[in-house]
Amino acid sequence: MSVRPEPHGIRDDEIGDAALERLLADTWKTPKGVWGWFATVDHKIIGRRYIVTAFFFLALAGLSALVMRLQLARPDGRIVSPDVYDQLFSMHGTTMMFLFAVPVMEAFAVYLVPLMIGTRNIAFPRLNAFSYWVYVLGGLMIWVAFALNSGADAGWFSYVPLAGPIYGNGKRPDLWAQMVTFTEVSALAVAVEIIATVFKQRAPGMTLDRIPLYVWAVLVTSFVILFAMPAVMVSSSMLIMDRLINTHFFNPGNGGDPLLWQHLFWFFGHPEVYIIFIPATGFVSGILPAFTRRPVFGYLALVLALISIGFLSFGLWVHHMFATGLPQLGESFFTASSMLIAVPSGIQIFCWIATIWLGKPIFKTPFLFVLGFVFTFVIGGLTGVMVASVPLDLQVHDTYFVVAHFHYVLVGGAVFPLLGAVYYWFPKITGRMLSERLGRWNFWLVFLGFNATFFPMHVLGIQGMPRRVFTYPDVMHWSAMNLFVSLASLVLFTGFVLLVVNVIVSLRSGAIAGPNPWNAGTLEWATPSPAPGYNFLRMPVVTHREPLWHKPGELLVATGLRADARELISGTVADAKPQMREPSPENSIWPLFSAIAVGIAFVGSIYTPWAVVWGSALSAVPLVLWFWPKGTPEDEE
Amino acid sequence: MLRSGRRLSAGGCLLLISGCSGLQSSLDPQGDGARWIADLFWPFLTISVIVWTLVMLALGWSLLHRRAPRPDPLQTDTTNEKRALIVIGSATGFTLAILAVLTTLSFFTGKSLAELGAHAPLTIQVIGHQWWWEVRYQDASPSRIVTTANEIHIPVGEPVRLLLQADDVIHSFWVPVLNGKRDLIPGRQTTLTIEADRVGIYRGQCAEFCGLQHAHMGLFVIAQPRADFDAWRNNETAPAKTPTDPVAQRGQVVFAARGCALCHTVRGTSAGGNYGPDLTHVASRRSIAAATLPMTSAGLSAWIADPQAIKPGSHMPKVDLHGRELTALLTYLEGLK
Repeated sequence: MSVRPEPHGIRDDEIGDAALERLLADTWKTPKGVWGWFATVDHKIIGRRYIVTAFFFLALAGLSALVMRLQLARPDGRIVSPDVYDQLFSMHGTTMMFLFAVPVMEAFAVYLVPLMIGTRNIAFPRLNAFSYWVYVLGGLMIWVAFALNSGADAGWFSYVPLAGPIYGNGKRPDLWAQMVTFTEVSALAVAVEIIATVFKQRAPGMTLDRIPLYVWAVLVTSFVILFAMPAVMVSSSMLIMDRLINTHFFNPGNGGDPLLWQHLFWFFGHPEVYIIFIPATGFVSGILPAFTRRPVFGYLALVLALISIGFLSFGLWVHHMFATGLPQLGESFFTASSMLIAVPSGIQIFCWIATIWLGKPIFKTPFLFVLGFVFTFVIGGLTGVMVASVPLDLQVHDTYFVVAHFHYVLVGGAVFPLLGAVYYWFPKITGRMLSERLGRWNFWLVFLGFNATFFPMHVLGIQGMPRRVFTYPDVMHWSAMNLFVSLASLVLFTGFVLLVVNVIVSLRSGAIAGPNPWNAGTLEWATPSPAPGYNFLRMPVVTHREPLWHKPGELLVATGLRADARELISGTVADAKPQMREPSPENSIWPLFSAIAVGIAFVGSIYTPWAVVWGSALSAVPLVLWFWPKGTPEDEE
Repeated sequence: MLRSGRRLSAGGCLLLISGCSGLQSSLDPQGDGARWIADLFWPFLTISVIVWTLVMLALGWSLLHRRAPRPDPLQTDTTNEKRALIVIGSATGFTLAILAVLTTLSFFTGKSLAELGAHAPLTIQVIGHQWWWEVRYQDASPSRIVTTANEIHIPVGEPVRLLLQADDVIHSFWVPVLNGKRDLIPGRQTTLTIEADRVGIYRGQCAEFCGLQHAHMGLFVIAQPRADFDAWRNNETAPAKTPTDPVAQRGQVVFAARGCALCHTVRGTSAGGNYGPDLTHVASRRSIAAATLPMTSAGLSAWIADPQAIKPGSHMPKVDLHGRELTALLTYLEGLK
């Protein structure tokens, strides 16, 4: 090292690029070896892990769906027992919602947000590591339970009394409820990190109206998480208390009420759909500019649409409960509010189509997924308008029509943009391009397979087939269509297998991406692919919404950060005016041990209420070590 | 005879042609509630198809129209931007207008549905159990209260008010050709009105997941002319006939001795269990085990011989009966008309 540390540290304006690069790489490095692997707080490494883990859970949930389709392919199917079938659909829904969809959206945010807003790490990076470990432990717990014949079996919304103390089977509902606790803790942690990162760590000059639309989307999502998730943590804790220490929150015999569960669950459960969908709209807005060669049309309208979707998502939970019998006034309110959310969703679709119209389309795989998204999501949105109508919902509620509807919204509306995002940002994450040839096959198989699988389900629902039945008699005339659906699901599955193949092949031999393979305009493309540990050699300064398009080849930078210690720029919320040099935490093993301790407490409290007591003490130990002051003079202004 | 229900309602079955047929099709309405909902479905579907087509046309055109390449992605054409703004504004206004129309239509259908049961002369209590339906005909005189299971007889053309309750977990009562569904919730009473326009047998099934045998929790609504209905109800009111045939008499002994009577009631005998369905007139019903098997000798025999093979998890235990006991029991039960 040619430069000796100064008392005030080595600032990035005091040394040349090569020296700075060496110094920063050392400051922000993740040490090799097992310890380094477990102790890292690099948002990119954790984000990558999050993504891979979420896709692993997607595979498990997808395979359980395949077994279900095998069972339903013929009437009076006997491939699995009703008990196994109930566990399969419960694990499918639970895993898709709690262990795949929400985490994968957060995973991309953890990876992308710091890069897109031009900072060196996420806010609260150790909390970020902790959230990942908690998530993994929760997911492992429920799938180990499933392997031991204790998987969730009361559906992903675990209605009481079926999941309650009398009718719930063994420890199955408790394991489900604690899995919820695990994943919610991790989701809340990430939401807090994202909000702090976006509010305080944006590159100088990135005023509110220069924030990339994707970042706006995950910011709104994080607020929705903050207000929605506590409802389900409260309800799952009440469920565990009803089961473990004989409280009577949901017991009508003692003044409790089964509908209380439904209100609490859906107060979370409906925003949950938007927690998944809003980041997906962010992907669409993030992908479109590169493939239409222009910024997204209607920036302000899109931001306002995102915010209003965030608000409205809290006003329509009751439309999951129309069949419980409501007063007519209440019905009308929730019908109107459910339909109203179609307005901001519509505005988004219109703006995206206008973007394509005004731009020059380039038909690459990410763009194909965006087009597939518009095709399917509009269908899901329109059937959403149908189920918002109380009378129509009374017929289609809890039938395959609803199964079709929410798969159109969640797969068409969220997974298609997600796959587009995988193709779009894979080069940034790995440094290599995914194969375009395999990508097209991947798209068409998933797109056609999806529609062939789920469109007929609308008809099955209209024909009266309820959801969650492990079989059906031949006399119902549902057999032919079910067989068709089962066969089509194999096409969909093949599409996903191709994605895995493409990832594996491209990791070894994909074309080298370079920093900006799509010639896109946002900051994450201003740094090498994959991004180094410190993200940006010099801190970018933003003067335009699409900084890399504004003055190609020239990007202003801010100087004065230390290179020999982890520092980033913290600025004002609205204008991103730099306020101070903020220290960013070093790697630490304690988030891992904290997660393990918390995990032990959570699992223990399934079996004894005392686990809450000794579990708190146990968790305190790694937490103390996590926050142990090191005496470094970090906090200078 | 089950209605195959292949009659196509209203003109618009082109798109969902197969959706219009089937035993439980909500688009094959056989009574007021279901008809009003089906009438609401068609405008919703038509508007949805139009909107989707328009959006796809706009998307297709935006993809295919000719244009110059864009060397500078930030260069904008103000005229076109303005045009896009106007189109988006109008499309949003159009969306609001459509939603207002649909909400209004939906409101009036909901209002009619709510008023359907206002003057129902007949009230029937339906209690959901894992996994069968208990049906009680209310009456001011206790001796006229009738209890049966898994089938509901109603007089044709009259609205019938159902008082819905659940004994264990949440169930949902749903006979799609008559009306939408309504949940049965422990600790609460909900109501639903059904009405059938013509004589027939209409199938329904539980719509809220209620455990292992949710798939096998069906029921039949049997709409009869008023006179037939009254005759049926009189017959149901009467206690069970005392068997005269010696085999059936032995069957009654088996019924009492081998535990059946612990769960099942046969009015007019000492059998008074109330855990399972009332069997006083079991042989006059159409199905066994909540529309799982037809009420035939073979069906009844298979069910009693091994309920767990037919409906695993059901609360009806397997009782080991030797051949002669089973025959006697079957003879007895088949006499309970």
